[in-house]
Amino acid sequence: MNGPLDGGSSDGRGRDDGFRGVPRIPSPRPAPDDLHPHAYRPSATQPPTGDEPGPTPDANAPASDGADRAEADGAYPDRAGAGAPETADGGDMRSHRVLKSLLGAWALAACSAEETTAVEEHLGECAPCAEEALRLRDAVGLLHTDRDLDLDPLLRFRVLESCLGRRPARIPVPGWADPYDAETARLDALLRDIGDSEWHAPVRLKWFEGKTQVNRRTTVAGVIGHLMTVDGLVAGALGLDDPLGPHAPLPPTARTESFWNSADLPPTGAIREPWRDQSHALVRTVSFAGHGVAEMPVSYGTFTLPLRDALLDRAFECWIHADDIADAVDYPYAPPSGTHLNRMIDLAARLLPAALAERRRAGLAGPPQHLVAAGAPGRSLHLEVEGSGGGSWYIALDSPAAAGSPDLSIAQVALDGVEFCKLVAGHVSPEEAAVGQDGDREAIRDVLFAAAALSRL
Amino acid sequence: MQQRLARGEAAALGELYDRFAALVHSQAYRVLGDEEAADQVTREVFGYIWENPDAYDPKQGSMRSWVARLTNSQAVHRLRQSEAAALTEGDGGTTEELEQKVRRAAVAARADYIVTSMPAPLRDALELAYFQRRDYRQTAADLGVTEDEARRRLRLGLQLLSTANPRALEDFSPPDYGRTL
Repeated sequence: MNGPLDGGSSDGRGRDDGFRGVPRIPSPRPAPDDLHPHAYRPSATQPPTGDEPGPTPDANAPASDGADRAEADGAYPDRAGAGAPETADGGDMRSHRVLKSLLGAWALAACSAEETTAVEEHLGECAPCAEEALRLRDAVGLLHTDRDLDLDPLLRFRVLESCLGRRPARIPVPGWADPYDAETARLDALLRDIGDSEWHAPVRLKWFEGKTQVNRRTTVAGVIGHLMTVDGLVAGALGLDDPLGPHAPLPPTARTESFWNSADLPPTGAIREPWRDQSHALVRTVSFAGHGVAEMPVSYGTFTLPLRDALLDRAFECWIHADDIADAVDYPYAPPSGTHLNRMIDLAARLLPAALAERRRAGLAGPPQHLVAAGAPGRSLHLEVEGSGGGSWYIALDSPAAAGSPDLSIAQVALDGVEFCKLVAGHVSPEEAAVGQDGDREAIRDVLFAAAALSRL
Repeated sequence: MQQRLARGEAAALGELYDRFAALVHSQAYRVLGDEEAADQVTREVFGYIWENPDAYDPKQGSMRSWVARLTNSQAVHRLRQSEAAALTEGDGGTTEELEQKVRRAAVAARADYIVTSMPAPLRDALELAYFQRRDYRQTAADLGVTEDEARRRLRLGLQLLSTANPRALEDFSPPDYGRTL
C-alpha cells in the first residue's frame, strides 16, 4: 500500500512540516472519529488520474447555492485599514468576503504565507469563519487517494474468473486473446499510476539487427504510440479503424516512424486513452467474431501471422515495452503469468526455424546439412526453458518445413523463461544471454542469433 | 456498458474491472484496513454487478458513484460481520469499540462516496491542491480558471466533504448528487 491509511502515526511525509501554518487557531477538538489529516497523507506523490472516460463536466459547474448562505456579505464590515495588502486580483485581502473565500485554500494549506496569517488573524475575530475553518480542516482529513499502487494484477484474473463462475458469459473472450487482454490491462494499470511528467521520461527501445543490438530513444508516451500503431495492424485486419488512417503502411517499423514523424508535438499522456480504447475494442471484436477468426491472416507487410498468433505477439510486445516503461520510471513490473509466458515462448519457438532460414539466406547462418521431406523429422536443437511458463521445444535446424524431433537433437540450450523472452525481444544479446549449452556449437549460435533476430522496433 | 453486461459480454466485464477496480479496492481497503478483505469485497462487488447488471439505474447518478456506494455498503457490512465475530470469540474489543470502529469506517465510506460523486471541477481542484500540493494560484492556472474560482471550488469541495462527518450533518443538508459526472 502506499500510505498509512488506517490511522496511526504520521510517516513523516505528511504535512507536519508546519502544515504551511495551520494550527495557529485554537486547536480543534478531536473529531469523533479520531481522523487526523496526517493519517491520510498519501506517501506517494503521484497525483490520482481521473479514470473517468468521457467529457469532463462544464468547468463552471454548480456551486451549491448554500455555500454562502450562512453569511450575508456586508454583515461583517471590512476590517481593512489603510495600506492593507491586496490579493493578486486586486481585492482587499483583509475583507471578510475575501478571507472567507480563502478558507478552503487555507484548510488545504494552499495559500500564501501572508494570506495564511491574515486568515488566522481573522479567525480570532469572526466566529462563523472560525467554525467553518475547523469544519473544513476536518474535512481535509477525509481526503485520500484511490491510487492503489499495489493492486495485484492477478486480482483481475481472480475477480473475472469468480464472476464468470457465478454467471457464465454468453459472449466469452476467446482463450487465445487472454494474454493480450491481461497484458494490456497490466500496462494500463501501470500508466494509471504514473505522473504527468513521467510520460516524457526517456525510454531506450532496444532490438537486434543483423549481428548487433541497435536502439532508439523515445519517451513513455512515444512507446504507447508505438504499441498503438502496431496494434492498429490487427485492428485494420479485423475491419476496425486503423489509428494511422486507411492508407497506412503495414510494416511495424514504418508504421511507428510514420506516427512519430506525423505529430507536430511530442505525444503526451493523452495517448493512453486511444491506445486503451483500441485494445479494448480488439478484445471485444474477437469475442464477437467467434472461432473462425482465430486463423485469419494478419499481414505485417513482410510476414503474416494468424490472428491468434498476432494477438499473442502483441501481448508479448505489450509486456516487453511495459517493462521498458517501468524501468524508465522506476516502477517494479513482473513478468506475465506462467500460462501466458508459456504461450509466448511457444510462439517464438515456432517462429525460430523460419527466422533461421532467413538468416541463412542472408548469409548470417551456416548452410543446411540434412534436408528432409516436408513434415519429416529433421536435425533439431532442444530448447529447454526453465522456470514459470517453461517447457521443452525442439527447433528444426535445417528447414522450416522439417519437424523438430527429440531423436535427432544435436544440441541443447537451457535458459530461464524471462531470459529467453528478453533474448527474443533483443533486450539481451545472444553472446550475453545466460544460457546453459551442450552439443553442436554452431547450431546453438545460429539458434540464439535467430532468436534475437525475431526482435524489431 | 450496462447493456453489454446484460448481454453477457465477458469483454465488458473486463472493461468494467479496468475502470473501477482501483476505486473499489482502495475504498474497501480504507474501510477494512486489510488487503485480503479488500480483495474479497472487490470480488463481491464485481460479482454482484455482473449478476445484476440491471440493478444500476442511470437516473440515480453516474455508474461510478453507484459502484462506490455498493462498495461502501459491502465493506461496512463486512467490517461489522468480522468485528461482531471477533467480539463473540472474545478476542475483539467492547461493543462500544466495535460501534466506534464501524462508525469511523462509515464516515470514511461516506467521504469517499462524496468525493466520487461531487462535480468533477470540484474534485479536480481538490486533487491539485491536496495530492499535488499546488497552491490555489497554481491550481487556478492548471485548471484555466480565475483565482477567485479556484478558491471557491476548494472551499465548496471541502464543504461537501465535511458533510461526511456526523456532527456536520446537524448543520448542513447533504450535498446534491443530482449531477451526472
